[in-house]
Order: sequence, then structure tokens, then C-alpha cells
Amino acid sequence: MIAALWVMVGISLLLGAVLGFSAIKFKVEGNPLVEKIDAVLPQTQCGQCGYPGCKPYAEAIAKGEANINKCPPGGEEGIRKLADLLGVEYVPFGEGAAPKAKAVAFIDEQTCIGCTLCLQACPVDAIVGAAKQMHTIIASECTGCELCVAPCPVDCISMQPIGEDITNWKWNYPTIPIVQAPAR
Amino acid sequence: MRPLFKFHGGVHPATHKAESTRTPIAQAPIPSKLVIPLHQHVGNRAVPVVQVGERVLKGQIIGKPEGRLSSAVHASTSGTVNAIDMQLVAHHSGLPDLCVTLIPDGKDEWIAHSGVDYRQTEHTDLRHLLRQAGVVGLGGAVFPSDMKSYSHKHKIKTLVLNGAECEPYITCDDMLMRERAADILRGAEVLRELLYAEEVLVGIEDNKPEAIAAMQQAVLDDKHAHMEVIAVPTLYPGGGAKQLIRVLTGIEVAAGVRSTEMGVQCFNVATAYCVWRAITFGEPLLSRIVTVTGNVEHAQNFEVLLGTPVDELVALAGSKPDTDRHIMGGPMMGVDLPSGSVGVTKATNCIIESSPKLFPPPPPALPCIRCTRCADVCPAELQPQDLYWYAKAKDFGKTQEFHLFDCIECGACAYVCPSQIPLVQYYRFAKSEIWQREREAQAADLARERHEYRLMRIEREKQEKAERLAQKEKAALAAKAASPAPAVNPEPALVNAAADPDDTLQMRIDAAVARAKAQAATAQPKNVNTLTPQQQAEIAEIEARRAKIREMAAHAGADDEPPKSN
Repeated sequence: MIAALWVMVGISLLLGAVLGFSAIKFKVEGNPLVEKIDAVLPQTQCGQCGYPGCKPYAEAIAKGEANINKCPPGGEEGIRKLADLLGVEYVPFGEGAAPKAKAVAFIDEQTCIGCTLCLQACPVDAIVGAAKQMHTIIASECTGCELCVAPCPVDCISMQPIGEDITNWKWNYPTIPIVQAPAR
Repeated sequence: MRPLFKFHGGVHPATHKAESTRTPIAQAPIPSKLVIPLHQHVGNRAVPVVQVGERVLKGQIIGKPEGRLSSAVHASTSGTVNAIDMQLVAHHSGLPDLCVTLIPDGKDEWIAHSGVDYRQTEHTDLRHLLRQAGVVGLGGAVFPSDMKSYSHKHKIKTLVLNGAECEPYITCDDMLMRERAADILRGAEVLRELLYAEEVLVGIEDNKPEAIAAMQQAVLDDKHAHMEVIAVPTLYPGGGAKQLIRVLTGIEVAAGVRSTEMGVQCFNVATAYCVWRAITFGEPLLSRIVTVTGNVEHAQNFEVLLGTPVDELVALAGSKPDTDRHIMGGPMMGVDLPSGSVGVTKATNCIIESSPKLFPPPPPALPCIRCTRCADVCPAELQPQDLYWYAKAKDFGKTQEFHLFDCIECGACAYVCPSQIPLVQYYRFAKSEIWQREREAQAADLARERHEYRLMRIEREKQEKAERLAQKEKAALAAKAASPAPAVNPEPALVNAAADPDDTLQMRIDAAVARAKAQAATAQPKNVNTLTPQQQAEIAEIEARRAKIREMAAHAGADDEPPKSN
């Protein structure tokens, strides 16, 4: 009886030591879930979720502080992927948070006064320019976050929707057209 | 007799080739206008190098190649550039692309051009010539030929010349081989030289006995060594590069592997012909053979200038009035043209005039009954019914697991499907969705990287600023300690010195004030050097008034009373 007790105590101490050692040895820096959530988010860094960028939103989701339907640029597919990843139910977008068509910012270079305010607002450094020099957008790097639109004192920045052309055109999902049956 | 091999599957659709092979290739006249797309090849779109209103000569470059994978575009005849704008092009999307519209002057005046002897020219120069001559694969893939004629990475043993032309209705390669066999084989010699290939195998489907005979005769006439013309069984899609390589050499080109890695390179016969013209005569790719067939009075092959509007081309063959659409390419893989105004491109091997009688609209698709006939005929040995299942469910990960990207979109599966399911449409839909997601993922990665770099940069700048300030303060303190007598304080202290025990803030303010004063004292107004006495008198008066106001303000400020009005 006593011997069995000692054996059990001995085993538990040994296993405890192994677990304690591995907890220190194989410690994971940061929350790996945050990285996974961040990989799903579209990285527009637009702040429409109420957090200053995609990573902070990912951290908030990981902590359970934020809902998964706060990212309009990610679209409904984004919500579905997050729901899959986190094992939660799909949540539709709230009022007024519907996704918009993809767009890039455009600076009217005639009106630009070179104030650099948009440069400071751009989260991905997609605007080129300097003080009292005309600014312009690097369209290929613009995420369409609209953060540069508000700071412009002369309202020379507009959002131009990305049209469909031969390079980004997609095949449609095959559908069967429904036609009126001939009258008998 | 060389042993031949078999590829998996394949179908036997009615060939309909006899209609367009009764008469020789006819020269199509110069049309009223040419609509020449600048993106006729795989890779980057050519950049226009002509101006609207400019006169161009036949063979002049109007679009120069951009980047590594690109090809030049030329004026097909002499004339005036009428427009460089977005025009409808031969593409599944029916969307416009950048085109040069040329109004021919009818003189057909050549630009100065001359060829080289390929045996005495560096291979790099030959490849450059091909690129500048706009030579691309004319079998339909339009891949720039200069990029295919390398052999430095892998030893190329066999050059396969593709004259199979397996798709129904199309006979342009058949007629070219019958009429211009010698030039095709000379082009093949140039390519063999470029690739250091040991042998050239010309594969021609056995439903073209005249072409086979002509090519075999040309091999004998020109005494081409290491060259063999081989009749292969007629089986669609035997003209696919992987399928023809399999039949001729027995080599199975694995998924995700290029045939060059297995020592085989494949060119179309028409491409070889163009290579010969481009190298030996300096003639860029300006025209190609196009089969006009289907719902026409007399189906025929025409040598057509690139950019010729399809409407004008089909009129030559007598398009019948009940034609409802034009198909570019064959009935299995062809593109429905969005309009008859689109120009013939380097990829246009055939125009089929379609009528409801010839190609009745497909009946509605019925549910898949999993008969697996599609799997029996798939030349890529895929499971089309599974691909369909997952593409329909938009489960794109699974489609990739089932090797969607090995599908060559030949349409054999849809051809045999008893439920008439448009299978290829589903595969194309899935492929373009996957490409779209890849583009989005790449853009997101780029944005993440740039955002993280920006955050790091802002943090670094903050740190650097703090360090600079700390150093300055240290220097100022050291200076103060060195000279015990404090700087003269001409102005009353504005800052509570007790809040800043080291006095550094006050010291900095004092220094700045002193600097500003010194600057003001040295600065002289530059517009008072040459003044009339009258102007000087006016200035003196204004200065006096200002001094008075200043005095009054100072007085009022001191007494805390409003200044008296004068």
C-alpha cells in the first residue's frame, strides 16, 4: 500500500519535472493563433475594424475581445475562413459594414499642394512625394484603405474602383439560363 | 519502322478537314483597316512605339517587347496609324485590349530588311532576331520562340516538330506542310542548331497523307540528316505537346515538369516556317495561314495579314447569312469571338463560321451520373468527375489536390459526357478563381511587409530623435559647466526655471532668441537701395506711424487699458 503510494508520487514528480522542463525548453513566443488569423486578414490596414491595423485586430480576435465580422475588405469569405479557423459560427456583417468594390486611391496632381499629410497617413508607404512637391500613388501597392482621403486639405484624393480588364478577368461560375417554357 | 507509343484516353470527333483542303492557300488581299493587338503572345504586352498619324512601313516595329518574356509586334503592311486605343480582341472575356489601328495605303512598302546565315551567327543574336521578329508559337499557345530555344540548362536530345493538327476543321498546318515543306524543315534545322538537338521528329496525324508525303519528299530533297517524318494515329488531342511527345518518344512528361527537363523540346511546324523566314530573310511575323471554314460557301486556307478584321476575312470565303457567331480555333477548344471587328492574331489558326444548324446550342446539363467516361478519355489521366464535383462546390483546395492545373482544357471529357455537362467551363472557373486568390494573397503579403517596415521605421526615427536630443543636452550641459558665467539674459524668463533644474530648456530658448536677433540685425531689406526721395519720405512717414502705434500698444499693455483712439 505505502509502496504503491510512493511509486505513484515518484511517477508524478518525474512527469511533472519533464513537463516543467519542456514548458521552458519549447516555449512558444507570442500567440501562434494571432499569426494564423493575421494570415487570413486582407492586410489593407484600413482600421475599419476599429483597431489600428490588421495585426492588432488579429490579436483582439485571438483574445476574444473582437467579433469576426469587423473586416469589410475581407468580404464574407474572410468571415467564413475566420469562422473555420476559430471553430465558431459564421456571423454576417453588421449594419453599414458591407464590403465595397476594390479601389485604389488617386491623387489629382493639378490640385495637390504637397502638404505630405497623406504620406503620413498611408499605412503601406504607397504614396511618393515630399514637402511642396507633387505627390502620387503607387497604384500596385495601394491597398485601398481610404486613410489618405480624409487628411487631404484640398480634397484632391479620390478612390477609383479597379475595373475589369483582360489581366484580372475571371471565368464565371457556369449557370444554366432559365427560359420560359413554350405555351401549350 | 519506329515504334510508337500511346497516350491515355482521347476521342475521335468528326474531322471535317476535307472541306478546306480542296484548294491551295490563297493570298488574302490587303484589308481596309488592320486592328493589331499589342498583346498577341504569352508574357508582357508590347509597348507601342509609334504615334497616331505616323506613317509606318511593312515590317516596322509598332510595339517593342517589354521585359524578359515578351515579343515584338509589327505593322503588317505600310500605311498610317489611325488610333492606339482599346479595341475588342479575340479573348474569352470579350473585353477590349490595347490595339494599334492601321489604315493601309495599298503600296505594301517594305522597311529595309535583310537576313543572316544562321550557321555564321551567334546563338544569342539569333534568339534576339527571333524576339525582334515577333516569332511566337503558332500552334495556339503563342509562347515567344526565343525563350524556348535555349538548351543551356538541360541537354535536348529530341526536337519534336508538331504537325499533328488534331482538332477538327483546322487545316492550316496541313496546307502549309503540303505547299512549303522545304522551308519548314530548314526552320527546323535552325531550331535544331539552337537547341543542339540530336534528332528532329516530325509528327503528323495519318489523316494527312499529302502533307506526310510532301514532308518526306522535302527531307530527301534537301538531304536533311537526323530528321524523320512520322505518321501518328489520328486521335484527339494527339497534337497536345505532352501527348505528341509521348507518342513519338515514349517519354511521359510528369506533372509540373517541363519537357526540356526530359530532353525534348516541341515546336509547331508553322513556327519553324516563321523562324526560317525571320532568320534567313529578316521578315518578321506579319501574316499567318488561317483556315476559314464551317458555314461558308467555299472553305479555304488564306494567308492573312495579322490584324485583318475577321469580318473581311470570312467575306472572302463567302460566309452564309445564317451565321450567328465566329469561333476562333477549333470546335473543341475555340474562342467565341465577341465581334466580327476583331483582328486576326498570331494565335488565329482557324475561323469557324457557326450557325445554329452546324453547332446547335447544347441541351441543358443533367446531373452527373458518375459513369467515368470522362476519366476514360482524359489525356492527362485526371479524374474529371471529381474535378467537376469540387469545382462545382467551389472547393478549390481539393481541385488542386486532384491536379486541376494538369488539365489542358482539351474538352474530351465534355465531348463524351452523356449528361452534356460543360465540364471545361467548371475547370476554367476554378483555375481563374485560384489565380485570383493567389494574386490577392501576394498583394496581402506585400502590404503586410510594407506596413511592418513602416512601423519599424517610425519607431527607429523616434529613437534616433530622442538620441539626438539627449546628446545635444549633454553637450549644452558640458558647455555650461565649462563657462560658469551664464549667458546674458536680455529677455525676461518665459519658463519656470525651477521646473527644469538643469536650466537646459531655458538655455536653449535663450540661444534661439539670440540667434534670431543676430539674424534680424544682419538681414537688410533688398528693395530700399534705389529709392526716390518721395518714396523715402513715404517710408519714413509709415515708420513713424508704426512706432507710434507700438508705443501706444506698449503703454496700453503696461497699464492694462485699451489704447486711446486718435
